[in-house]
Amino acid sequence: MIHIQALVKNYKGIQALRGINLRVHPGELFAYLGPNGAGKTTTIRILAGLTRASAGQAWLNGYEITTAALAAKKQFGLVPQHLNLDGELTVTENLLIHGFLHRLPYEAIRRRLEYLLDYVELGDKRQAFVKHLSGGMKRRLMIARALLHEPRILFLDEPSVGLDANIRRRIWALIKKIQQEGVTIFLTTHYIEEAEFLADRVAFLDQGRIVALDTPANLMADLGNWAVDQFSDDNLQAHYFHSREEAQRFAAGTAASFTLRRVNLEDAFLTLTGRKVS
Amino acid sequence: MPGWLAVYARELLILRRRLSRLLTGWAVSPLLYLIAFGYAMGQTVIIQGHTYLEFLVPGLVAMASMTQAFAIGSDINISRFYWHIFEEIQAAPVSSASYVLGETLAGLTRGLLASGLIILLGALFGVVLSYNPSFWAAMLLNSFVFATLAVALAMLVESHADQALLNSLIITPMAFLGGTFFPVEHLPWWAQPLLQLLPLTHATQALRTAAFGQRPPLTPYLILAALGGLTFLFAVLTVRRAQD
Repeated sequence: MIHIQALVKNYKGIQALRGINLRVHPGELFAYLGPNGAGKTTTIRILAGLTRASAGQAWLNGYEITTAALAAKKQFGLVPQHLNLDGELTVTENLLIHGFLHRLPYEAIRRRLEYLLDYVELGDKRQAFVKHLSGGMKRRLMIARALLHEPRILFLDEPSVGLDANIRRRIWALIKKIQQEGVTIFLTTHYIEEAEFLADRVAFLDQGRIVALDTPANLMADLGNWAVDQFSDDNLQAHYFHSREEAQRFAAGTAASFTLRRVNLEDAFLTLTGRKVS
Repeated sequence: MPGWLAVYARELLILRRRLSRLLTGWAVSPLLYLIAFGYAMGQTVIIQGHTYLEFLVPGLVAMASMTQAFAIGSDINISRFYWHIFEEIQAAPVSSASYVLGETLAGLTRGLLASGLIILLGALFGVVLSYNPSFWAAMLLNSFVFATLAVALAMLVESHADQALLNSLIITPMAFLGGTFFPVEHLPWWAQPLLQLLPLTHATQALRTAAFGQRPPLTPYLILAALGGLTFLFAVLTVRRAQD
């Protein structure tokens, strides 16, 4: 379980986080959704011990991240937003070093490594140098590495950023598979569809504050199911309806050009903050 | 496997992969110094009762062990700002002291290899000195001071350019003023106290005395050990503060 209490981070006079309170339940896939600069990565960096919080506390499976830092670090695996593999080493060597850093015995690392490389479909790349892998392969290798020491929590910071649609779908399928094995997943994203597809619950983060927290369905429910985007005089306005028929009737009555579509999390975020996510 | 050994193992894997290139690179400058200063110019020069080549080889060992141990800072810099591997270590259950120890051992290994190379090159030029335990102890202490200093400074810099600047500000002046190429006593009286502040001056003194088969005084060893202790603590503190 992840428990965050009154977490604050100030960077050179800027408040990146303004008092985050949060509980993520065991086995849950929790998405942290917000635009760039909202504080998503800062939260993960603090939880992973890469950044010091200005105030507040956080616990990972009961271990406080500063007072019991080494124990807390055994609880999670981290897949950061940027690639952080050793390009000069092979796929196997990268995983071996991670296992050594987590004090796993050599034989245990070898066994787990074989399983995970097949799990992320990199079994034929064991001896390949990381610098020769594609972006999608590197991302999958980072996920395998984060799972090597069998953590109960997985932090995924924008796991599909910069990947094409096909690879992104494969990463999503992999994330779902990991959750089915009981791992608690804390995921940051600014891709609406990623949060909608994957998350059990979503927190909207805006300017360092959580402005809403619920299931994707509940967050969208108040708006309705259908949206009509109406374009007029360089202005785009969305109107929301519970049924498709209502939406179509409204669209038929407008002189402006329009698009009829399903309501998504972006609409809920926009309604709450007056801002788009991406 | 303890954390320090994991950090050291990673550096050894990288070192093994780069070894042939590194050894070639490490050999160039000392070879040129030996040819230009030692062989061509120094055949007729006698310093402290030894030929200049004999005088030069322990100095080059001091310089090479310093330079290569300090170079671990550049590797850390690359792992922080290019590969971002430092974050992988920060997120692992590895204490700051373990991290510093692992990187320092990598620096010592580099210093040891570079020193061995100088001794081999010296032998090619007909210089075979007394490479006794006092000699190796001085070389390892020298490497320890500069490796720990490199770890500390690598945590404080913000970019690759800063790291290059450190080499220019620390290593180059030290190499030329720390007794590598000439006895520090030849410099003016007012420079003497300043030269005694340089760790390399003490390392060179101990290495040269040991290599000439004499019993070196204890003072340089004590100074290097004390300095090494301080730089190790400094490195642990800077690693702890490396969280942004």
